[in-house]
Amino acid sequence: MGRYIVQRVLAAFPVLLIVTLISFCIMQLVPGDPAVVMAGPQATAKEVEQVRVQLGLDKPFLTQLGTWLYGLLQGDLGRSILLGRGVSQAIGERLPITLTLALLSFLLTVAIGIPAGVIAALRQNTWIDQTVMTVALIGVSLPNFWLGLMLIIFFSVVLDLLPAGGYVTLSQGFWPWFKSLLLPSLSLGLLQMGLLARITRSTMLEVLRQDYIRTARAKGLPAFKVVAKHAFKNALIPIVTIIGIIFSLLLTGSVVIETVYSLPGLGRLLATSIFSRDYPVIQGGLLLTAAMFVGINLLVDVLYAFLDPRVRYD
Amino acid sequence: MRHRLFVSGLVLLGLMVLMAIFADLLATHNPVQVRARFRFRPPSFDNFFGTDNFGRDIYTRVVYGARLSISIGFAVVLLTAIAGTAIGLISGYVRRLDNFLMRIMDALMAFPTIILALALSAALGPSAFNIVVALSVVYTPRVARVVRASVLVVREADYVHAAQAVGASNLRIMIEHILPNSMAPLVVQLSFVFAYAVIAEAVLSFLGVGPPPPTPSWGSIIAEGKDYIREAAWITLFPGIAIAMTVLGLNLLGDGLRDVLDPRMNVDNR
Repeated sequence: MGRYIVQRVLAAFPVLLIVTLISFCIMQLVPGDPAVVMAGPQATAKEVEQVRVQLGLDKPFLTQLGTWLYGLLQGDLGRSILLGRGVSQAIGERLPITLTLALLSFLLTVAIGIPAGVIAALRQNTWIDQTVMTVALIGVSLPNFWLGLMLIIFFSVVLDLLPAGGYVTLSQGFWPWFKSLLLPSLSLGLLQMGLLARITRSTMLEVLRQDYIRTARAKGLPAFKVVAKHAFKNALIPIVTIIGIIFSLLLTGSVVIETVYSLPGLGRLLATSIFSRDYPVIQGGLLLTAAMFVGINLLVDVLYAFLDPRVRYD
Repeated sequence: MRHRLFVSGLVLLGLMVLMAIFADLLATHNPVQVRARFRFRPPSFDNFFGTDNFGRDIYTRVVYGARLSISIGFAVVLLTAIAGTAIGLISGYVRRLDNFLMRIMDALMAFPTIILALALSAALGPSAFNIVVALSVVYTPRVARVVRASVLVVREADYVHAAQAVGASNLRIMIEHILPNSMAPLVVQLSFVFAYAVIAEAVLSFLGVGPPPPTPSWGSIIAEGKDYIREAAWITLFPGIAIAMTVLGLNLLGDGLRDVLDPRMNVDNR
């Protein structure tokens, strides 16, 4: 097991390195002069020059990369042009909101998606199965930002039950905080719920056909025990592997959901930085989100090996 | 049952494609003409889906939006198919390059798709073409991985060894023997890439990096309607339904294709 973990960690390094390079090189993609683009259309030649020096764009590419990497190792991602402060600091402030939103969505996804998939598998080809799968399929097909707006229309405009947007901190009370995150995490989570329900159902169906399930049933184990202990535990393995994908989808979705609900999270920060061409923030945000994904996948790999010993000896 | 779903997917997608092709015939108004007198008309016989804050006919804009979405989706599918197949084939067949190519694919897949696409299209500038480029970069790794995985299986098949034994060139083996036999998972994956691309285009347009206004795109119609959801919810409602129908059609199609082409996944029919 130890060797396996070391192997996975070592394999993650080249990916992280390439991720870092890609994040940095995004700035090089801008056609023309990034300093001109960033300084804005009304900037004077002097202001453009100022931006160029501030970003180190007057230096050769490799020097720029070196400086950036050197800062990176010390946790310094440079300074935001628009916010006039450290990128790490700006991201650090926004990240908790996005993580809270992602976590809440994740909990909703797991709490609803997995049971729905299990029930659909146990009642295969009944109306229950068909209803669950239809809802899941529709969930996978709805654009989450549009769903978010529809939920606002229904729950905020028509019923006036939940706020249409804005973030309330936890210190202002649990319920107001929870209410401010409920619609966003629902609209963010529905796609993943559908995905998880579909995958849970198909892996459960596969497992339920195995001989050891028949044996368990034949020896007279109660149905619940067969499903929970023998079937579900084994079906869990493929389910765990898509957790990485789910996390990435949640981060991806946060950009647009935070925009819809005016939540001051990392996604919103990245979206606004992209519009104002605040490249240091874009680079930092890209790197951070991708690094988180690599980290999560590493964790999933290890968890996978823990759940399924066959993987370790592959 | 499965068959029926596949057919309904085909019908749904077919309707959307027809709408895209015959947009000029189906439209009842000019999609970009501003008519201040007709602002915020609710759905009626004159304006099936109502009008927006500029008095433009939403139905007409949704119909033209189909043209944009479907063509962007199709272009992305074409580009990812070419790039993904090439990378997947080389990676699966030329083992020396495998590790290098796959690490790059892994790295690209590590970025949250919308964030990478957003950064790319912001760097390249807002246009339909740049969206296609950005989305193709983002989705190529998915296709490449699928192709590579099936190449790894096929390359050990006897007919490939036979071709090698009679001295066929690597290029010939790749194109004539390995590619056709790796087709099934590729086609399934492409139908899902199409679906992702339609949603991603809507998201990017919604966030404002799509084709510049007044070009009707489903995402940008929703973005414009967002500020008026209290008074004129119809602006937001209909383009969203159009997206959902297209994506639902593609998902049904993809599921159906997978059941037909990939018997291993076919647990439901046993």
